[in-house]
Amino acid sequence: MRRVYLDNNATTQMAPEVIEAIQESFQFYGNASSMHEFGREAISGIEAARSSVAAMIGATPGEIIFTSGGSESDNSVFAQARDMIDAGSKRNRIVTSTIEHPAIIETCRYLVKNGYHVDYATVDSTGKIDRAAYERLLGDDVLLVSIMAGNNETGTIQDIAELSRLAHAHGALVHTDAVQAIGKMDVDVNSWNVDYLSISGHKFYGPKGVGALYVRKGAPFDAFVKGGHQEDGKRAGTYNNPAIIGMGRAAQLIMDTSREERETLWKLREKLRTGLQESIPDVVVNGHPTECLPGTLNVSFAGAEGESILLMLDFEGIAVSTGSACATGSLEPSYVLLAAGLDVELAHGSIRFSLGRYNTEADIEYVLEKMPSIIKRLREISTR
Amino acid sequence: MSNNTSVWVYTDTVKEHFMHPKNVWEDDSYIADGEGLVGSMACGDQMKVGIQVKDDRIVDLKWQTYGCASAIASTSMMSEIAIGMTLEEAYQLTPSMITERLGGLPQHKFHCSVLGDKALRASIDDYLEKNGRENPYKKRVAKIICECKNVTDQRIEELVKTKEATTLEQLRDITGFGTVCGKCQFKVQQLFDEYKHIYNV
Repeated sequence: MRRVYLDNNATTQMAPEVIEAIQESFQFYGNASSMHEFGREAISGIEAARSSVAAMIGATPGEIIFTSGGSESDNSVFAQARDMIDAGSKRNRIVTSTIEHPAIIETCRYLVKNGYHVDYATVDSTGKIDRAAYERLLGDDVLLVSIMAGNNETGTIQDIAELSRLAHAHGALVHTDAVQAIGKMDVDVNSWNVDYLSISGHKFYGPKGVGALYVRKGAPFDAFVKGGHQEDGKRAGTYNNPAIIGMGRAAQLIMDTSREERETLWKLREKLRTGLQESIPDVVVNGHPTECLPGTLNVSFAGAEGESILLMLDFEGIAVSTGSACATGSLEPSYVLLAAGLDVELAHGSIRFSLGRYNTEADIEYVLEKMPSIIKRLREISTR
Repeated sequence: MSNNTSVWVYTDTVKEHFMHPKNVWEDDSYIADGEGLVGSMACGDQMKVGIQVKDDRIVDLKWQTYGCASAIASTSMMSEIAIGMTLEEAYQLTPSMITERLGGLPQHKFHCSVLGDKALRASIDDYLEKNGRENPYKKRVAKIICECKNVTDQRIEELVKTKEATTLEQLRDITGFGTVCGKCQFKVQQLFDEYKHIYNV
């Protein structure tokens, strides 16, 4: 059976070049912190990877800290803010948004439960941060502002440069979760002027379990994972040589191919969107019509429930994800879609197609061939 | 979008009833003697059941479901079980009878199977009401949930259905559940949420 993977925002297939780099790296098994030749071999691969990751986002290698992934990167920034507040910082408020990744939403929930003050900027119906509401939340008591660059569910892109400028005008530190943005849009820490930026290896054809945190030179940062002296004392733990080297290779590939790739992805995404809208009645496209990650298409089908659609597609070999409550094990559907004001029923019927480097036009045609009858069938069964 | 692989561990029977559901109400000319609608689309699942009755026996049943694979498969299986049953037997049909016949459902999917029997019961209620008859089946054995205060599942269901208790606090004030040993609190809360979901309150 044909298999079509359209869940690239969940994770990507590792690039063959990355797999090759990882396989080669296994021979450099030395502890990268050791002084002997085994250690030196390992650290040189890691430093090369650091340079690639830094170059990918316009940073200097010294500003890159390797982590276990996006969640750790996000958590460590919020832990930094918490520690500063605990140490008596006059700035004691954090501003974020209602559509952040769970790595931030849940971290904030934890902070609030423990008495810290977090405010959430709301979004409009396209998932864009409501600029006026955001500005009202800013103030001289804000320590940290954290807004994601591109949303994992809807693909909506935020104007990080502008949001950062406004936050800096109040003297706040600025973090952005760029996990979904890497490779899909221009990510440049200087034009964005952020202090912290989170990266995850497996979202851009690298390995899982590895990520990075950009910390602007001079921005406050103390170790979240405490222990040895790795990463200049900013992140303890023996270096994960293969994963770091693999992510470095993935970063190189992004720099080489990203631009054309984005154009192709957007073309395929638009083919899918128009194809669905032409062949299926009552399709609602979620997110921003143009300011959107190029491979992400989030649509809702009235009268058909997301998990059912997902499974029917799965039986046809097509992999997608859904914002339906049934797929999450809770009674609430996607908070990201609800935050944008989407009707609850439509949130239950939402499907996210996320395209990637290895998708072809034939993949999209296959989906367009299968999709109408699946929705038609589910609507026939439905009480709608 | 969290959770683990267990979400997808559906049995072959579930898959069969999901992919090829039985007794779907597709024909507009089907005339039901009694009809029941429970759940809501906003909650993610809604079911409609229509029964045809002859000599107090369900001779045909058609249904529609908006919901996930478990909900669709559960309703389909319920229809197979219920057709041929007497009204009294059908009234006693339980979610666990459905899930057993399906070969089980993942734990967090059990709630998807509870709408089927409720919709069936609602259709029987409707049938009896339309025929101006008393409902002799409601006397089903109630299960005691709070032993200290003798609070049954039926009592909780009734209070939720009639909106007499819209919060757990109100439920506690009325019934006194969980105020002695407290052992039942979690169970009551689960049931309470379940009934709220079913009756869309």
